[in-house]
Amino acid sequence: MYSQALNAPALAVDDSEAGQRFHARIDAEERIEPNDWMPDAYRRTLVRQISQHAHSEIVGMLPEGNWITRAPTLRRKAALLAKVQDEGGHGLYLYAAAETLGVSREELVEQLLTGRAKYSSIFNYPTLSWADIGAIGWLVDGAAIMTQIPLCRCSYGPYARAMIRICKEESFHQRQGFEIMAVLARGADEQRAMAQDALNRWWWPSLMMFGPPDAQSQHSDASMRWKIKRFTNDSLRQRFVDATVPQGHYLDLTFPDPKLRFNETTGHWEFGAIDWDEFRRVLAGDGPCNRERLAARQRAHEDGAWVREAALAYAAKRRDAQPRAAA
Amino acid sequence: MAETATPLWEVFIRARTGLAHRHVGSVHAADATLALQAARDVYTRRGEGLSIWVVPSTAITASDPTDKDMLFEPTASKIYRHPTFYEVPDEVDNM
Repeated sequence: MYSQALNAPALAVDDSEAGQRFHARIDAEERIEPNDWMPDAYRRTLVRQISQHAHSEIVGMLPEGNWITRAPTLRRKAALLAKVQDEGGHGLYLYAAAETLGVSREELVEQLLTGRAKYSSIFNYPTLSWADIGAIGWLVDGAAIMTQIPLCRCSYGPYARAMIRICKEESFHQRQGFEIMAVLARGADEQRAMAQDALNRWWWPSLMMFGPPDAQSQHSDASMRWKIKRFTNDSLRQRFVDATVPQGHYLDLTFPDPKLRFNETTGHWEFGAIDWDEFRRVLAGDGPCNRERLAARQRAHEDGAWVREAALAYAAKRRDAQPRAAA
Repeated sequence: MAETATPLWEVFIRARTGLAHRHVGSVHAADATLALQAARDVYTRRGEGLSIWVVPSTAITASDPTDKDMLFEPTASKIYRHPTFYEVPDEVDNM
């Protein structure tokens, strides 16, 4: 599902000879591969961003997984199950990309479980009704796609390749969400109310997914210079609002923003101020579901420990039992 | 939480009969059987393949990027290895 713009790398220019060669390659739109020389700050930034992105996919399975057993029809259930499986797969592609930078899977998982690593703040909000599954697909995946498409051209090869695969698979996620919203919005009064309530609760957190406003975003410069990032937080956020508002109006739903209005001159939808205090609070660990999400991941990891141990023990036993002829 | 590292495997998939297996990514698994199952779950959710290979990552020897020029540059001057280097009279059309 998605990486939030939360990283804060130090600045970016390496003056050494190797550094200059590296920047020349970046400027020439060459891809950097795992064994190539790269500045430490570039490597650190990528490890942080890719692993946060991976953690977001994994934690992102939880709010939706909550509704798999209660999906209203078999069709919806099959689609939701497939979507949650995709999120798991996306997390794994991304962990693998991060590992090419010299960090182990075990370290990355530990960073998540001990709360040292961040993940997208959006997954710390609860899924209270079935309509939330629609709103997540439509808005959260919609926002994710906006930020992920430019990442397919990211300067780091393994990350870009993982993103291409993810974007391809993700296009169904947003559509299934919008379909859920459309069915509810055209249904009974209670269903309409559910859809509206879900939009009301998910709209602002979705806008926060793009990260702090450009003026407060310390890291944009370095990431743009390195071509990890291609567009600023605010420009992607605007693009999302412009694409999404007409879709909501098509469903005859309203957005929880009295300042929302179309500017004929600029051709853009203008929107009200985002509550950045809430964003920072949720990111710092004090959102509605932070503790629950982390506890669920810790429990899953602990409950699976004996399986991992048994599989390794079995593999070791088999290796010892039948020594192979030299290959 | 010092866990034993689970080995890494590189995954190759043959998309269709007649094509070569192609590298698609990697998985962690305790042994080859589990690696195949994990690769199937992670990399073939949408009919991407007809056959999977998994290879221990440690079994791969890669060329060093700093040797790139030494290894590959010499071919640039050997244009006589390409058919377009040779002149064929217009009268002789298909060759």
